[in-house]
Amino acid sequence: MSPAGKTYKKLDWILIGCYVLLAVFGWLNIYASTWSEEAEGIFSLASRSGNQLLWIGAAAVVAVIVLFLNTRFYKTVSWPLYILSAVLLVAVLIFGHEVNGSKSWLGLPGGIAVQPSEFSKIATALCLSRVMGTYGFNLTRTADFLKVAAIIIVPVGLIALEPDIGTILVYCSLAFMLYREGLPGRILGFTGYAVLLFLVTLKFSPFVSILMTVGTIGIIRTLTSRTPVRVFLIYAAFIAAAAFIPRLLSVEAVARVTGMAAEYWLLIIIAPFLIWFIVHNVRNKMKGWGIYVLSLVLSLVLVFSVDFIFHNVLQPHHRDRIENLLGISQDLMGAGYNVNQSKIAIGSGGLTGKGFLEGTQTKFNFVPEQSTDFIFCTIGEEWGFIGSITVLALYLIIIMRIVTSAEKQKDKGARVYSYCVASIIFMHVFVNVGMTIGIMPVVGIPLPLISYGGSSFLTFTILLFIHLRFDLERWK
Amino acid sequence: MNDGKHRYQYLIIGLAVAFLLLAAQLFRLQLLDNSFKISAENNALLYQTRHPARGLILDRNGKILVGNKNTYDILVTPRYVKPFDTLELCRILDLDPQYVRDKFSEYRMYRTRIGYRTVTFVSQISQEQYSRFIEVAHKFPEFRGVPRTTRMYPYNAGGNLLGYVTEVDRDFLDRHPDYAAGDYTGRTGLEETCEPMLRGEKGYSIYLRDASNRIQSSYRNGEFDKPAVPGQDVVSTIDAELQNYGEELMRNKVGSVIAIEPSTGEILSMISSPGIDVSVLGEINKYYKEIAADPFTPMFNRAVMSPQPPGSVFKLVNGLIGLQEGVVSTDTRFPCRDGFHARGISVGCHSHKSPVDFTEAIMVSCNSYFCYLFRDILENPVYGSEAAAMDRWAEYVRSFGFGTRLGSDFPSEIAGFVPTSATYDRVYGKGGWKALSVISLSIGQGELGCTPLHLANLAATIANRGWYRIPHIVRGHGSDTLDRRFSEKHYTLVDTAHFEKVIEGMYMAVNAPAGEGATARVAAVKGLDICGKTGTAENPHGDEHAVFVCFAPRENPRIAIAVYIENAGFGATWAAPVASLMVEKYLNGEIASNRRWLEQRMLDANLLHKVPASPDYVPPKKDD
Repeated sequence: MSPAGKTYKKLDWILIGCYVLLAVFGWLNIYASTWSEEAEGIFSLASRSGNQLLWIGAAAVVAVIVLFLNTRFYKTVSWPLYILSAVLLVAVLIFGHEVNGSKSWLGLPGGIAVQPSEFSKIATALCLSRVMGTYGFNLTRTADFLKVAAIIIVPVGLIALEPDIGTILVYCSLAFMLYREGLPGRILGFTGYAVLLFLVTLKFSPFVSILMTVGTIGIIRTLTSRTPVRVFLIYAAFIAAAAFIPRLLSVEAVARVTGMAAEYWLLIIIAPFLIWFIVHNVRNKMKGWGIYVLSLVLSLVLVFSVDFIFHNVLQPHHRDRIENLLGISQDLMGAGYNVNQSKIAIGSGGLTGKGFLEGTQTKFNFVPEQSTDFIFCTIGEEWGFIGSITVLALYLIIIMRIVTSAEKQKDKGARVYSYCVASIIFMHVFVNVGMTIGIMPVVGIPLPLISYGGSSFLTFTILLFIHLRFDLERWK
Repeated sequence: MNDGKHRYQYLIIGLAVAFLLLAAQLFRLQLLDNSFKISAENNALLYQTRHPARGLILDRNGKILVGNKNTYDILVTPRYVKPFDTLELCRILDLDPQYVRDKFSEYRMYRTRIGYRTVTFVSQISQEQYSRFIEVAHKFPEFRGVPRTTRMYPYNAGGNLLGYVTEVDRDFLDRHPDYAAGDYTGRTGLEETCEPMLRGEKGYSIYLRDASNRIQSSYRNGEFDKPAVPGQDVVSTIDAELQNYGEELMRNKVGSVIAIEPSTGEILSMISSPGIDVSVLGEINKYYKEIAADPFTPMFNRAVMSPQPPGSVFKLVNGLIGLQEGVVSTDTRFPCRDGFHARGISVGCHSHKSPVDFTEAIMVSCNSYFCYLFRDILENPVYGSEAAAMDRWAEYVRSFGFGTRLGSDFPSEIAGFVPTSATYDRVYGKGGWKALSVISLSIGQGELGCTPLHLANLAATIANRGWYRIPHIVRGHGSDTLDRRFSEKHYTLVDTAHFEKVIEGMYMAVNAPAGEGATARVAAVKGLDICGKTGTAENPHGDEHAVFVCFAPRENPRIAIAVYIENAGFGATWAAPVASLMVEKYLNGEIASNRRWLEQRMLDANLLHKVPASPDYVPPKKDD
């Protein structure tokens, strides 16, 4: 039954401590980010800090309720909750109002607006826990894999219609959980490599991407099969020589005769080797070579469609943000404005920061969305490197506590759920902080427990405390 | 299970790498890279320049020649401008709607360069316009005004003398790194000479501002603000009343007047006519094209920049040299048969009694007398050759300040020219010339070039009986006393005793009874004992230049003056009246009733058509 008596001692108080610290620190920084000489007091309900305090209070009540509910309750309500969240996600597409070009807010009676996509994270995590926790579930089995894929794709598809890129990115983080549960590492590796290839092609050229792919595949192949060292050396020499093709083509006389881009020359040179490689392997009845050919071909397809994807699939402001991140275009007053201002704010904090309420950058709206998505600027400016690292450390502790607890779970469903929570928190922190310091593109997702906003704060509270509830179950 | 453990470890490694990545970037931004801290200051702290009030320019009696008045510049942040009521803004600021359209299309064109900066929209609007603007300023939130002082001229006098103040241009900035764009600097005249004193020191107010450039509050209650240090006032040696009066007299005449207090070298007035009207000085840029296109070149300060032959007034110098060299004495007489005739050379003269002595020669301005005198200077056997005598002569002439920059504090003074034997060796070949070849020097024609300032200095030197102080225009500024070099006496090579003899001639030229042939009787003012000398400088273009130098009173002179009116004709007709009226005005404060007609004649006279540069130029009849 409910945890009573001495079980409260079994609660993960370290995690709860981190949770409280982040919530209070967030509240102070929301106050700082909206502070001005004439500002209302920190408790005023007319101010964001006052509102946030209200949300924190509400969340505390919800947290206690969450802890008192039975774990079986969560398993029972997982499907109904999942369906409800899907309905809400449909409703928001119909009745929702648009903020910053995305239809993600649903107005409720009483003047409160909520983001269904926030609650769908809880529902999806619970649902995945329910499905993957059943006896005999095996992710490597196609039927089971498809089941999981469907559970994830429904909310992702609906959120994509809003559209809310940030939340989709958060859902992508579930891949970490899936990896833990047996998703082949290759899939993660290939996806990561595809993103890398996309960015390299944009930043440099298709030629570099192809050369990189050919080189990587060659190295992996030579390392994983018993290839003689001299073959490897010849291969490496070939790659090194090929790297000079663009230089050769930059000679005007050569370029005039050939009139063809470097990547096509590279293809022409690769083609006979590839044919030889296939013929050689088929003749010798070798195994495991198909994956290399397949990944090469897929890579080539991706490299040559980057241009199309970039210009026809992505929206202009996404293009700007990516270009800005990659340093392709530097428009400090345009797409790069936010990030530049944010970097200035954080950078100006130095080691110890300017002190509470002493920041100059995060006041006066230099940094946009300074109490929500860009709240980390205020932390960086007023609390400096020490403050920023402390906040990151608190998140790291929370994630580590969750993951280590999950590993000790006997209940597979609980482990799945906890991994979901850890992945979601990690993705939020990494993308949000990364965006403010210029290593991720600008994507509008909140910093867990710190950013201003009730939906987000409640969501993370519920996510964490359900985990804590599952954690308690370990001691039974 | 074992696989799960491995995957768990991989994930932890990935997690650690991701957080290390964030920490590393934070380390770089917050601890390694300083550029962001500097950007932050530029971002949030607005240093608003406080422009100092420029120092005043006072005349010798403490009257304000150049003052300041408050005006405002209207600034705008184009990036934030939303559609507004253009017509109302135009009405309030008295602007042409086209001006606003042009300005904004300019902002659009340079929008990337302007960015979020604030730029000047209109400059120098008046106090009244600004008050009107303030009333409706809430309708134009992107516009704001900043106070600025501009120049104001209570006296309509001294346009060229005072110079003007203008915004620095790029070229100026390149040469003067201590100025910033938008600063003002003095150009020409006193404004330029006294720029270091007048300029003052800029200060700044620090404000906190938000991302929209809106000022939020004063930074730390102005603790770090730097107040502007107003420029020092400059006291000039100019007499505002005299300057004004002289300009009135010189209206519609081309030429210049310089009056000096002989005992101090202080310039009482310096007039270049036609000059720049003070009413356009404040907004000189607006009128610059017009001024530059004026055929009478009002920007050209004739008083110090125009080298001209001095004409007969130079006889004074030659006379003094002759006395000093002993080639003549006051009793020496030379004949004049309508001029000087020798070995095929003739220098004409008007009719007067003959022979004349030294004093009479000056009084009647006898050309013949000074030809003899000059020939005797050059043929003085003491020196062995004309060339040596010529060089000695040039030394004498230079000791009066001719042929050199006097070293006045007024900008763009030129040196003029005094010929030496080398000059004529170049023209005629070495030894190929005689005294007679250069005889025109005797009457101040030929290769001589001197500015009106030189002539005024000559009058002052004679008034002082043989020395001068460098003419200057700044008496002092703030606590600084006079520049040392202006208190130094410069002696000529002629003994004091000889000056009295020349002065006698000058006195007679003005004050001799009628019928004696005195050239400048028109300049006589009862009780002032004016001593003067007329000159009529021949020139190849149009009529002669009228010249007159004088000083008064004869004993303890208080004013020495040179008047040079181009193409006016006889010195006695035009230059002498102007000079004498100014002397009278300065010494008596008003013009005697019996001389009012003369004053009126001078005020009314328009001699512009006689100047070849004039569009209405009428060439003089050369047949008689």
